[in-house]
Amino acid sequence: MEMIVNFLTSPAVIALVWIVIKIFAVIVPLLIAVAYLTLAERRVIGLMQLRKGPNIVGPFGLFQPFADALKLLSKETILPSGASKTVFVIAPMLTFVLSLVAWAVIPFGEGMVIADVNIGILYLFAISSLGVYGVIMAGWASNSKYPFLGAMRSAAQMISYEVSLGLVIITVIMAAGSLNLTDIVMAQKGMWFCIPLFPMFVIFFISTLAETNRAPFDLPEGESELVAGYFVEYSSMSFALFFLGEYANMILMSGMTATLFLGGWLPPFDWPILYVIPGVVWFVLKITLVLFLFIWIRATTPRYRYDQLMRLGWKVFLPFTLIFVVLTGGILLGFGLLPQ
Amino acid sequence: MSTFVTAIRSFLLLEVLKGLGLTLKYFFKPKATLNYPYEKGYLSPRFRGEHALRRYPNGEERCIACKLCEAICPAQAITIEAEPRPDGSRRTTRYDIDMTKCIYCGFCQEACPVDAIVEGPNFEFAAETREELYYDKEKLLSNGDRWEVEIARNLAADARYR
Repeated sequence: MEMIVNFLTSPAVIALVWIVIKIFAVIVPLLIAVAYLTLAERRVIGLMQLRKGPNIVGPFGLFQPFADALKLLSKETILPSGASKTVFVIAPMLTFVLSLVAWAVIPFGEGMVIADVNIGILYLFAISSLGVYGVIMAGWASNSKYPFLGAMRSAAQMISYEVSLGLVIITVIMAAGSLNLTDIVMAQKGMWFCIPLFPMFVIFFISTLAETNRAPFDLPEGESELVAGYFVEYSSMSFALFFLGEYANMILMSGMTATLFLGGWLPPFDWPILYVIPGVVWFVLKITLVLFLFIWIRATTPRYRYDQLMRLGWKVFLPFTLIFVVLTGGILLGFGLLPQ
Repeated sequence: MSTFVTAIRSFLLLEVLKGLGLTLKYFFKPKATLNYPYEKGYLSPRFRGEHALRRYPNGEERCIACKLCEAICPAQAITIEAEPRPDGSRRTTRYDIDMTKCIYCGFCQEACPVDAIVEGPNFEFAAETREELYYDKEKLLSNGDRWEVEIARNLAADARYR
C-alpha cells in the first residue's frame, strides 16, 4: 500500500499526470472547436450565398455537428478489397494525430504552453510538412485512380507552398531574433509583425490556404474532376478522422498566423486596460478572425487551375519571398535594428 | 506599360478584395431561404398537385364515368370501370389513379365536363411504399372532401381564364 502511494506521489508520476491534464486541456477544446468550425463554415458560406445554412438541429442549429458525428459513426467502415489495408487504416490516423501534436508548442498565453521548446517554430513547420504523408498514404493505399491523382496533386501543392512558407518564417525569425514561439510573440509587443511585414503576412496567409488544401487551392479534392480527391475511398470513422484532421489543420494554421503575425496572445494595443482580458481570449479571437477569413475566401473565390497554382507558388511567391528575405535582412542590418 | 499595370493590380489583389467585399455585402443581406416545413411559399390557383374527386353540395359524387380523363391521360395512369346504378344514374364502380405513373399534366382536369377530377393544392403526399401511391376511388373522394374548400376557391379564382 505504502509503495503504491509513494509511487503515485513521486515527482515523475505527478509531472506525467500534469502533462496529460494539460494535453487534454488543449485537445478537448480543440476538438469542440473543430466541430463548430464545420458548422460555422456551413453557416457563413450559406449566409454569403443568401441561404440560412443548417438552423434546425438545436437552437440556431448548434447541435448540427453532433448530429453529423452520429451519422458518420453509424455508417459502415469499408475497406476496399484492392487497398493496402495497413496503410489505408494508418493514413487517416496519421493525418489526425499530426494535426494535434503540433499544438504542443503553440503558446496560448504567457507561459501557457505544453512544451516551451527553443526550436518551437521549426517543430511546427516540420509537423505541418509531415501532413503530406497522411494524404500520400491515403491516395496510394486506396489503389484507385481518383485518390491517387488527388494525393499527387496535394503532395505537389503542399511541397511547393512550403518553400515560400519557410522563407516567410525566416523573415519572421529575423525580425524576432528567436525560434521560440513565446519569444516571437513577445517581440511583437508594441507592433505586430503583420504591419512591418505586411506583404509576408499576405503571402503567408495565401500559402496556408494552399497548405491546408483550402479554396481557392482545393484542387486535390476538386469535386468536378476528382470526386473528393484522396479520401474518395474512405467512409465512416476513417473519413471523419480525415475531416477532423483537415479542420484541425486549418485551426493550427490560423494559430500559426496569429502567433507569427498577429501578436499571439497580446492585445491589439499596448494599453494596460486591455491586459485585463486574459491572453487566451485574445488568441482565440485572432484565430477566429483568421478562420473567418478562410471561410470568407472559400465563399468568394473559384478554384485555381493546376498550372496557375504551380505558377503562383514557384514563379511569384518564391522569388518575391526570396527578395523580401534579403530586403528584410538588409534593412535590419543597415539600420541596426537586428534583435540582440 | 499595360502588363506592368496588370502586374501591379494583381499584386495588390484588387480583384480578390473586390470579390471579398461583395461576399461580405451579401453576408448581411436578408436571406432568400424559406424555413420550408414551418414556412411555405405561395401556390398559384392553377397549381397541379394531388388528385381529388369532388362531390356536389348534396353529397352526390360528380363523376359520371364518361372516361374522358382516362382517354386523354398521356401516362395512362387512370383506370375506370362503370355500371348504371339501381337509380338509373351512371357512376363509376372503380376509379384508380396510379400516382407513380401520373405526370401531373392536368389534362384529366381539363377534360372533365363536370369538374369532378381535379388536381388540388396538396403536394406533400410522399409515401414510403409504392402501394400507398396507387390511389383508388375511396382515397380520391376522401381527398376531395378534405381539400374541397381550397379546391373550390382555386377553381373560382381561375374560372375567368378557362
